[in-house]
Amino acid sequence: MLEIRDLTTSYGPVKALDGVTFTAARGKITAVLGANGAGKTTLLRTVSGLIRADRGNTYLDGLDLARMPAEKMPGLGLAHVPEGRGVITELTVEENLRLGALGRADRSRPADIDRVYSLFPVLESRRSAVAHILSGGEQQMLVIARALMAEPKVLLLDEPSLGLAPRIVVQIFELIRGLVESEGLTVLLVEQNARSALSIADIGVVLDLGRLVAHDEAAALAADEKLRHAYLGF
Amino acid sequence: MSRISSDSLKARLLRTPLRRNILGALIGLVIVIAVLESVGPFRQGQFATMAYLGIAVGGLTVLTGLNGQLSLGHGAFMAVGAYTTALIVHDAPKLLPLPVVMLLSMLATVVVGAVVGLAAARLHGPYIAGATLALAVAVPGIASFFGDTFGGEQGLSVAQPTVPAWFADAVYFLTAHDVSSSKYLAYLGWFGLIVTFVLLGNLSASRMGRTWRAVRDDAVAAEIAGINVGRARVTAFVVSAACAGLAGSVMVMVVRLAAPSGFTLTLSLSLLTAVVLGGLGSLVGALIGAALLTFLPQTITGLGLSVGLSDLQSAQLAPFAYGLTLVLVILLAPAGLVGTIRDAWHRRRSPDAPAIHHELHPKQETMQ
Amino acid sequence: MQQLLTTSLAGLTLGMVYAAFALALVLIWRSTRIVNFAQAPMAMITTYIALLIVDAGIPYWIGFVAALLSGLVLGAIIERVFIRPVEGKPEMNAIILTLGLFVVINAVAAIVFGSHYRSFPVPFGLRGFEVGDVTVALTGFDVFSICSVVVVMMLLLALFRYTDVGLKMRASAFNQEVSRMLGVKVTGMLTLGWALAAVVGSLSGLLIAGGDLVYPSYMDSVVVYGFVAAVLGGLDSPVGAVIGGLLLGLGLSVVSGYVGSELVPLAALSILIVVLLVRPSGLFSHATARRV
Repeated sequence: MLEIRDLTTSYGPVKALDGVTFTAARGKITAVLGANGAGKTTLLRTVSGLIRADRGNTYLDGLDLARMPAEKMPGLGLAHVPEGRGVITELTVEENLRLGALGRADRSRPADIDRVYSLFPVLESRRSAVAHILSGGEQQMLVIARALMAEPKVLLLDEPSLGLAPRIVVQIFELIRGLVESEGLTVLLVEQNARSALSIADIGVVLDLGRLVAHDEAAALAADEKLRHAYLGF
Repeated sequence: MSRISSDSLKARLLRTPLRRNILGALIGLVIVIAVLESVGPFRQGQFATMAYLGIAVGGLTVLTGLNGQLSLGHGAFMAVGAYTTALIVHDAPKLLPLPVVMLLSMLATVVVGAVVGLAAARLHGPYIAGATLALAVAVPGIASFFGDTFGGEQGLSVAQPTVPAWFADAVYFLTAHDVSSSKYLAYLGWFGLIVTFVLLGNLSASRMGRTWRAVRDDAVAAEIAGINVGRARVTAFVVSAACAGLAGSVMVMVVRLAAPSGFTLTLSLSLLTAVVLGGLGSLVGALIGAALLTFLPQTITGLGLSVGLSDLQSAQLAPFAYGLTLVLVILLAPAGLVGTIRDAWHRRRSPDAPAIHHELHPKQETMQ
Repeated sequence: MQQLLTTSLAGLTLGMVYAAFALALVLIWRSTRIVNFAQAPMAMITTYIALLIVDAGIPYWIGFVAALLSGLVLGAIIERVFIRPVEGKPEMNAIILTLGLFVVINAVAAIVFGSHYRSFPVPFGLRGFEVGDVTVALTGFDVFSICSVVVVMMLLLALFRYTDVGLKMRASAFNQEVSRMLGVKVTGMLTLGWALAAVVGSLSGLLIAGGDLVYPSYMDSVVVYGFVAAVLGGLDSPVGAVIGGLLLGLGLSVVSGYVGSELVPLAALSILIVVLLVRPSGLFSHATARRV
């Protein structure tokens, strides 16, 4: 499980995260919701070490990740799928996947690229294509597949539905749901689209201007009309 | 009472950039006369060198500091000016008065500068650097190749200029000293420098200067604001090249030879050193940079000899110092020497107030 | 006919050497978006190291390898000490910095090694091959030059294509942040990139020096030709650098053979300007849009 305690991050004088505390339970999907600028992406970037926290800690199964460099994270079991895809478009599909496997903790046995291909058959058919010719949905699958190559315990997903057709979004969400149920993966899912995120998440947390304003079962959040109107926009 | 009136006099004198610059020029002129009249021929020669380096560095400062374009090829523009002067003076030494020759040399450089500027205006950063570097390497080769015209590797020699009688009389009238040829050249160089700096100062405070800075700070925003970015870059390049042409013209009369070996890459890079040291965009800084280029080599070579290095080794200490300066300024004080000292000064005087002469002396944001 | 053949063969050899130098520039450009103008004096220093070793009576090949290894170390040190602080800063800072290093290294070499011309040995004959009664203007050293550059290119290709380190280096060059997220130590990859580039640059320095004279500024014009070759092929494209180097070598050889060697730099400048104005992304760059 991923425990976030009193996490505070600033951009200059502006506090982007202000004392955020919650726990993402093992084998569950925790949706991080909120308006633009609420601090969702900052939260993921701080957890994965791309931004240094001013204060606070994040514990992955008891190990404090705060102030560890980003490049250590995959080896500790934390994979981050960034916003806006983050495919290295100049590399081929297979090279992207190989790269994902390089950071994994246990490198005693070879990376299981076939497992990922069986999850994403479309990637196998384009394994030697340069990634920039992939469609948006295929690129999103590629980054998730690449993150899975590191065999993570915790997956940070930033806006996986951004710019994708609804049919593809459903496909990707079902896939994530499946991974969580079959492998006990812990997922922290940042989404602008609160309605669809709550439909697959177990737990939801809501951020507003860097502060945690709600933390509850996904169904309870979806049922709370006042909260929905105030923060979630549906 | 008297304090108020002197304040208002000062305010009136400094009201416009033009008045400020002309006042500065007059003060400069007095200092130049005082200095040149009190030193011997050797120092006069050094001051003449400082003058032409100052003109070239001033021009490069405007290009790099105000317009954000880098040129590693200003030595080539100096060569154009120098060879033009040499060709005119070599064939018909007495045909034209020297100021006219200098103007013609500037004109020739303007033409070359416009061609290079047109190409450079479409480039940025490393591409301009590489292209102007190629220019610096290519131009001396032209002089070598067309040996019949340009004298090949030996170059073209230039006779010592004769001092015009009216000039000698004027100086004698003012200072009761005779004018030697080397003193005349030093005066010529410094007059050129003062005129150039007044013009550059006015340009930088004018609409055109604001356009240059706008293009430097954000080309896209400038374009949106209706500025013709390409034209701004070309004009800056042409103005800067004209300065280098004038500098080359003075140089060839001071060293009395235009040869390919005088316009190596080292010359171009030492001009850049002076600009960087001066703080990219400050004319005062450019003058300090030129002074260091002129006087540092001798001092540092002497230092090398005194610690037991050979002549040849000691001669390399000056370029070593230039290169080290470039590296250290970029790593430690990217605003340049003058910029860094000015920043510290302003911080001490008024911790909160913005820099007073910010508009006239852009500091770190000149680096783009 | 004979002259055309001679000119082309000379151009081919020279082109391979420019290609190596251009490749060094491209490797660094791809990883750090910096044109390393100091590549020329760095290669000069490592060639002097080889010269000192050979002059001490030690076999040529040991000097050769020592030069390449010292290039590796020098590249890594330069990146760590001088380049690291300007990475991500305005591009003018990096340009001025590498020019400063250019001047410093040249001056240091002149102080330490002296500025006089010294002849550099070759491991093979400098006489052309004889085919029938015609001597072809291709010497053993030319063949060695071409082969060694080809071998180095193959090794680099294999490194980038088939090894994990090569994959990490390419990833770091394309997207530093994503690479870090995937566990790549990007700073280490940048250092390695500079080190490898310096090795390739050192090779070109050794090949230019072979059978010729060495003095502190002997590589100065090569940085211009290498830059033109790299821009010709597209600064982002290693393959382009190689082809650009070959084309430039042939072109300049023709100018040198038929017009005059003094105009070679001018020809290079003209080619550069034409390429930048007509096809600024180079002949072989994949980058769709590049701000020039």
